[in-house]
Amino acid sequence: MRIREVGAGALLLECDDGAQVEAWRAELWRQRAAGRLAATEIVPAARTVLLDGLTDPAATATLIAGWPPPPAAGTATGTLVEIPTRYDGPDLEAVAGHWGVPPAEAVRRLTDTEFQVAFAGFAPGFAYLRGLPEGWEVPRLATPRTVVPAGSVALAGPYAGIYPTASPGGWRLVGHTDVTLFDVHREPPALLMPGTRVRLVAR
Amino acid sequence: MIQVVRAGALTTVQDLGRPGWAHLGVPRSGALDGPALRLANRLVGNAETAAGLEITLTGCRLRVTRTTTVAVTGAYGPLRVDGRAAGLGQPVAVPAGATVDIGAASHGVRRYLAVGGGIDVPPVLGSRSTDTLSGLGPAPLTDGDELPIGTAVPTPSTVHFTPGRPTPDVLRLAVRLGPRDDWFTTAAVGTLLSTPYTVSPVGNRVGARLAGARLTRARAGELPSEGIVLGAVQVPADGQPLVFLADHPTTGGYPVIAVVDDVAPLAQARPGTTVLFHGPQR
Repeated sequence: MRIREVGAGALLLECDDGAQVEAWRAELWRQRAAGRLAATEIVPAARTVLLDGLTDPAATATLIAGWPPPPAAGTATGTLVEIPTRYDGPDLEAVAGHWGVPPAEAVRRLTDTEFQVAFAGFAPGFAYLRGLPEGWEVPRLATPRTVVPAGSVALAGPYAGIYPTASPGGWRLVGHTDVTLFDVHREPPALLMPGTRVRLVAR
Repeated sequence: MIQVVRAGALTTVQDLGRPGWAHLGVPRSGALDGPALRLANRLVGNAETAAGLEITLTGCRLRVTRTTTVAVTGAYGPLRVDGRAAGLGQPVAVPAGATVDIGAASHGVRRYLAVGGGIDVPPVLGSRSTDTLSGLGPAPLTDGDELPIGTAVPTPSTVHFTPGRPTPDVLRLAVRLGPRDDWFTTAAVGTLLSTPYTVSPVGNRVGARLAGARLTRARAGELPSEGIVLGAVQVPADGQPLVFLADHPTTGGYPVIAVVDDVAPLAQARPGTTVLFHGPQR
């Protein structure tokens, strides 16, 4: 793990892989809850964790560098959320073709995978789900759709994701769900938080 | 109650935003020129965190249904109450039923109106700000809208008049290099810190786009998405820098060559304004 300064009030922790990001994300949230770390934002992403709103980034960097690296093993302890999914997306056949399997097998692969929320972004409540085995990366559409319906279950690169609201998008649509992913009146407002385990259950 | 007679090009409700939710993909949002909104609030006796209006370029016209106090700060331009000229940067008494006319900005871009008691739309995730990227908070104002006003706290203003901040033709912005300056050639980093850029007309609350010498990458390939801070100078594939403002996305995949210390002057920079970036170096 390497620490970079970002502007006058933030740090970027660079990790080796998504598992280490999740380990540091969980550790930093724990340390903040325990009052040992003051940061307005702790934002995990693909290979990094951003800490923003720091009053003394250099001192925080020294503090964090002194902590033992959190173990990556056994971090998949988040709550499990099952997303009832209808696998009827317009790109399901293309994804199956990319994997060289029939669509039914592609659905079985997706239902059998335990995903974990790596990070959020793109829109409130949009979670990047990691967990697809290596080699199953799916290319984005060459031309994004102008409208992807809310609830679309989709794949792109190494990630799966669910569109919380209708928006443009270039991910491959494999199905849809009626679950509400983001609700400002819920606590927390996002159903899928960083660390949450997810199953895309066929129904 | 505030009745919106003429909403203008883009008038939104803004407070200091909703920090603390970036891990769920929720932008910070809030007033682009934060110091101007804070000042307007202080002038009418509000807490600095109260919601006011951010009024872009073409101004707006409002009717206030009860006697109150307003203050207008930020960009320069006319202010009239029931047709009579009123001062900027000071508390202005407004009788019930009067019309408040915030004219088009003559210098700068964004004007801020605070009203005694603040604009009392329901908060969303702790903020009343309109977030134009994700659609959280109240929609941008349209003609005929009605906005509730909160109960004014009878705290006298400790400030009675403040001179405005001139908007320069050449904006000097302090940046710190990184976190991804190493994705660019040494020459590109030198270019960023030595050549003028021009504020493009294609700017909004998400970011200020700049035009100038192309910043060339030293590394090919895609940067995996990472967290974005306010003021991040992101360089997309076309090599033209974009400085992220309050409605910026929480994560993004283009490398950030530097971070601007203070974005408020940029929020007031008109298209065509020259921008010069300078150190501190990292």
